[in-house]
Amino acid sequence: MKPSRRDFLKIAGMSTLSLVVPTIISPAWAKEKLTIPGGEPLTAKRWGMAIDASKCPAGCVDCITACHGAHNVPDFGNPKDEVKWIWQEKFAAAFPNESHPYLQESRKQLRLPVLCNQCANPPCVRVCPTKSTFQRQDGIVMMDYHRCIGCRLCMAACPYGARSMNYRDPQPFIRKINPDFPTRTKGVVEKCNFCEERLAIGLKPACVAACKKKALVFGDMENPRSEIRLLIENRFNLRRRASLGTQPQIYYIV
Amino acid sequence: MLEKALKGSRGYWIWISFLLTVITLGFFFYLRQLDYGLGITGMSRDVSWGLYIAQFTFLVGIAASAVMLVLPYYLHDYKAFGKITILGEFLAVSAVIMCVLFVFVDLGQPSRVLNVMLYPAPTSILFWDMIVLSGYLLINIVTGWIVLSCDRKEIPPPSWVKPLIYLSIPWAISIHTVTAFIYAGLPGRGFWLTAIMAPRFLASAFASGPALLIILCLILKRYTSFDAGVKAIQTLAKIVAYALAASIFFVLMELFTAFYSQIPEHARHFSYLFAGLEGHTKLVAWMWTSAVLAFAALGILTIPQIRRNDGWLAVACVFVFVSLWIEKGLGLVVTGFIPSPLETITEYVPTGAEIAITLGIWAVGLFILTLFYRIFVAVRRDIDGTNGRN
Repeated sequence: MKPSRRDFLKIAGMSTLSLVVPTIISPAWAKEKLTIPGGEPLTAKRWGMAIDASKCPAGCVDCITACHGAHNVPDFGNPKDEVKWIWQEKFAAAFPNESHPYLQESRKQLRLPVLCNQCANPPCVRVCPTKSTFQRQDGIVMMDYHRCIGCRLCMAACPYGARSMNYRDPQPFIRKINPDFPTRTKGVVEKCNFCEERLAIGLKPACVAACKKKALVFGDMENPRSEIRLLIENRFNLRRRASLGTQPQIYYIV
Repeated sequence: MLEKALKGSRGYWIWISFLLTVITLGFFFYLRQLDYGLGITGMSRDVSWGLYIAQFTFLVGIAASAVMLVLPYYLHDYKAFGKITILGEFLAVSAVIMCVLFVFVDLGQPSRVLNVMLYPAPTSILFWDMIVLSGYLLINIVTGWIVLSCDRKEIPPPSWVKPLIYLSIPWAISIHTVTAFIYAGLPGRGFWLTAIMAPRFLASAFASGPALLIILCLILKRYTSFDAGVKAIQTLAKIVAYALAASIFFVLMELFTAFYSQIPEHARHFSYLFAGLEGHTKLVAWMWTSAVLAFAALGILTIPQIRRNDGWLAVACVFVFVSLWIEKGLGLVVTGFIPSPLETITEYVPTGAEIAITLGIWAVGLFILTLFYRIFVAVRRDIDGTNGRN
């Protein structure tokens, strides 16, 4: 049977109504869902972090647990497939050029938290062939996990070993999935994002919030009166492999 | 002309079915890799590139080496290369196809490969590598095919082909230069951070590519009606000798800078290659084999009496090919990651699945090359047959 002109108009009218009606009746609960919990977003001209590892109690991994829990970082249980955003390294590994045999014993034993340096001049952003790694106005070097093709050129370009590849499906290896942060698929690279998702709702990064000893200080490098600026102006500090010109924004107080 | 690939001896069909078997096997393992992820390979967090990217790098060199035939023939009118220049172009075509496949199987998310074109990133060397490689593939397919079709009809090639052929000369240099830039511009990898990387790549390419072509010509001479001619093969052998000498020289330059300066960021990688680091010695035997083969081949190729003997020439060419494959297709990529930026020494060993996929792609390349060469031999026989009757 061929639809008449009248039938056609009827169907067209119903279809239009079905699109319009729900938006008129349901604005109340739809809007409620869109509100973001938490306070005003934290903003800065350039985010940075200062780390005083001498404050870290022996064996404490609070910052690592908090970060990896918040970001659904899987634990594969082997170094080959390992994914990590923040972890600990000996002084000699983090600062090979500043290390020597006559170093203070306590410094040799120091376990420094290391993470993405959020470089002001990031090689990973330069080499990415799809712009899935990019830099925000406030300096945060971020990734689009849905655009990454998994070529791993950024891993070769990063002089800090801060990037991890999902060599297999990470989901079965996440201890407890945090529904507020996306999980990743196999075949993409990931790294620390300076908790941009927490900054957006007015919270400091998870590692900073989790540290009871205040060994991690987070703030705006461009604000001369910020806590972090006062700290790094008064205490001698080092940046990892600064000679490479990457302008890392993680400052280690020594 | 394509129908000519469908006719061949029993040996031809056995070879074709052998290649198809290897391809099928590789494809099967690739499906497993797609399912499991790149964790199926020996690559790790510390050594994040392995056999695939190393083969890609080596084969870009083989592809670029076609210029060693095109340049003497078209720029200097060196007639001895007249017949075999097309063989060089077809070798380049199959090498570029292998390159593309090796990059493809190395991707963690192959279904997103078009993102490279959808979100072009001009600061990325990989983006430029895609452009120069696809351009080079196109140029060589077109010029090789057109010139062969015209040879077949015994008419001169159309005039628009000439500029394309001239363009292929700098283009060939560009593909290997851009590939070297992928490595030579990374701040934290002392092993690759060297301005001599591109010249070194080109030198080893111009040795390994023509060496492979000599081997192929000797095979064609033995099993088919096509003879490249003594003059062409001997000239190629001299090209291999000079390029090999340059390649060895460049590697020695690297060793001097690394070991005389004694800057750990540079020297430690070379120590790992030739002596091992803290008991990690997986590549040492390979690298010394490569060194010995290179010097032995140089010896054979520089003494004219030995070089003129087909048997010795074949031995020298196999030595060159194997030596440079070890240097570039095994040592160069992996060693950039050993030790890691955090001074960890993680070694790399490819897995069975990874080797099967690698062999599968090599078989694809050889398959395409076989078809091209089969067509070429048939066309040549027709031409020489007609000329013989006249």
